[in-house]
Amino acid sequence: MTALLLRDLKLSIRAGGGALIGILFFMTVVAVIPFGVGPDLNLLSRIGPAIVWIGALLAALLGLDRMFQADRDDGSLDLLLMQEHPLVLTVLVKCLAHWLANVLPLVIASPLLGLFMNMSEVAIGAVMLTLLVGSPALTFIGAVGAAVSVTLPRGGLLVSILVLPLCIPVLIFGVSAAYAAVEDPAPFLPPFLILTAITMFFAVLGPAGAALALRNAGD
Amino acid sequence: MRLNAENLSAHRGEDLIFSNISFNLTAGEALLLTGPNGSGKSTLLKVVAGLMRPASGRVFWQAEPAETGLPVREVCHYLGHRNAMKPELSVAENLGFWRAFLCDRPGGTGLSIGEAAAAVELEAILHLPFGYLSAGQQRRMAFAKLLVAHRPVWLLDEPTAALDVAAEALFARLIRDHLGRGGLVVAATHQPLDLVAAHRLEMKGFQYAETGEDFA
Amino acid sequence: MTESLAIRKFSDLANPTRFLAIAERVLPWLAGLCCLLFALGLTLAFTTEGDYQQGDTVRIMYIHVPAAWLSMMCYSVMALSALGTLVWRHPLADVSHKAAAPLGAAFTLVALVTGSLWGKPMWGTWWVWDARLTSVFILFLMYLGLIALNRAMDDPSRAARVSAVLILVGFVNIPIIKFSVDWWNTLHQPASVIRMGGPTIDAEFLRPLIVMALAFTLLFFTLHIMAIRNEIWRRRVATQRRMAARLAGRGD
Repeated sequence: MTALLLRDLKLSIRAGGGALIGILFFMTVVAVIPFGVGPDLNLLSRIGPAIVWIGALLAALLGLDRMFQADRDDGSLDLLLMQEHPLVLTVLVKCLAHWLANVLPLVIASPLLGLFMNMSEVAIGAVMLTLLVGSPALTFIGAVGAAVSVTLPRGGLLVSILVLPLCIPVLIFGVSAAYAAVEDPAPFLPPFLILTAITMFFAVLGPAGAALALRNAGD
Repeated sequence: MRLNAENLSAHRGEDLIFSNISFNLTAGEALLLTGPNGSGKSTLLKVVAGLMRPASGRVFWQAEPAETGLPVREVCHYLGHRNAMKPELSVAENLGFWRAFLCDRPGGTGLSIGEAAAAVELEAILHLPFGYLSAGQQRRMAFAKLLVAHRPVWLLDEPTAALDVAAEALFARLIRDHLGRGGLVVAATHQPLDLVAAHRLEMKGFQYAETGEDFA
Repeated sequence: MTESLAIRKFSDLANPTRFLAIAERVLPWLAGLCCLLFALGLTLAFTTEGDYQQGDTVRIMYIHVPAAWLSMMCYSVMALSALGTLVWRHPLADVSHKAAAPLGAAFTLVALVTGSLWGKPMWGTWWVWDARLTSVFILFLMYLGLIALNRAMDDPSRAARVSAVLILVGFVNIPIIKFSVDWWNTLHQPASVIRMGGPTIDAEFLRPLIVMALAFTLLFFTLHIMAIRNEIWRRRVATQRRMAARLAGRGD
């Protein structure tokens, strides 16, 4: 299993730099917002946490379709499916590798974008923390979408369409926790704990669903 | 050790690909699948490998009590059309990954990466990225993958595609060695592979005829 | 000297081997001169008096301004190389603009970070969506995009041609972006942000600035030549490995 994790990490570093493209997309999406709403710093700092969260959500979806498809294209997926490690664990490890290689860099880049959005230090910290806790859920949900569309030739867009609606709860609680940290009356902990619970819930459901889908997607 | 298949049939969509195929193989025996394109050779291999669900029938594995309960896919190596190797990683990294991931069955004898590469006569280029290799070399390295972790059953789908005569002979020798050690081989191929105790199964679309000796 | 080198690179140095030989001779001098200028520039930068309004923060300018200048010069060098790739099919031009992209990104990043560090005490915020800042940030994104494009393609000569097209489109596009950003910004400029007043530059500040600018330019060319050399070596290694793979096949 460690071997699988290491292999996937190595691949993502050597092949085309998926993490770089993800961060670039993240930065571009967030950077475009001020052009749309205007460079009013007060407004930007007010909508900042939501913008950064949405940007991270979209960027996290970016490389998702390749999660299993790359393995399917060269036949590795068949061999991965044949080994009963069990399969849920294999999928979980692949999710972890994907998260480490593609999503964690987004979390690390998010404070920088917070600065662009003129967010306060507390808000930046809160967004980073909620992203760190909430983004694994995006990957786990995404794994189901990636597994379902693994045999489709142009699955990328479809994965986004399938996965985005399922990500809404993560977005809601992530953003509300980030706002709660900044605005006084709202307590920070309840939405944050719910976000944590969502992530843990999908850490179980996501790989199980993806494993089931992969078993049935055989062609 | 016995690999049994009973009344297998498979569909692709609505099409019936084959029906009522049965065979059983014991240690040291090989089954060669022949037949025109589209007759279902690859599909049969996938069904045996557990990658496709058969429409009817079952495949099961009998061995010492400890292994009898195992699903068939656990005791098989599957070499499909695609090599299951990453072009970005070096050959050694690829083989090392499969060696670690597949693990040896208890009592198995997986070769080290160097030995496996030597067995396919390509030990000199272990350090190169897999993508740099020619198609034939890639195929040979994919075959080396079967040697790094021991599995009693080898399922080979057109193993000698893209290979020259010398490499074909090499593959035939490796397959014979595997059979000699008590392994089982099911191969879809048009090459004779110089096997002595080989059963043949000729697939003819959704009917089939058998020309071997002892099919149940 | 540096200018003539840049020109020679496109005309004379048709073959990489000759480039490597010349680079071997030129690099130590270039690097030495660069270090010397940096030593001089930094001494000047820290011995001159601080601005009476900005205090010591003004010294950031000695890094910031040259870096910002180079971020644009680097793009011009890349655009020239891109022309070399598309018009003259020059193999070295391919390597040149590929090697320049990370350098340009690095200089732009330095300009952005130092500007931000200066802006926090001066403007009270790390970042404003001011026209100039925004266009430099877009330049940064374009550099990163080019790097990503180069990395995503396997075949180096095809990657070079495609990114050359993108570089030239970007080169034409940069003034347009600049204008549109200016226009957009004058509409919405919030009153709360203190505009950059900028001290009237007198000789006191100008001297270290010019020395630092020269030092940065030399640094760019030193690094650029080294990067080109590394890229040539990298491609030779790749070719030899492919050869090794082919030979191993023929052996048996």
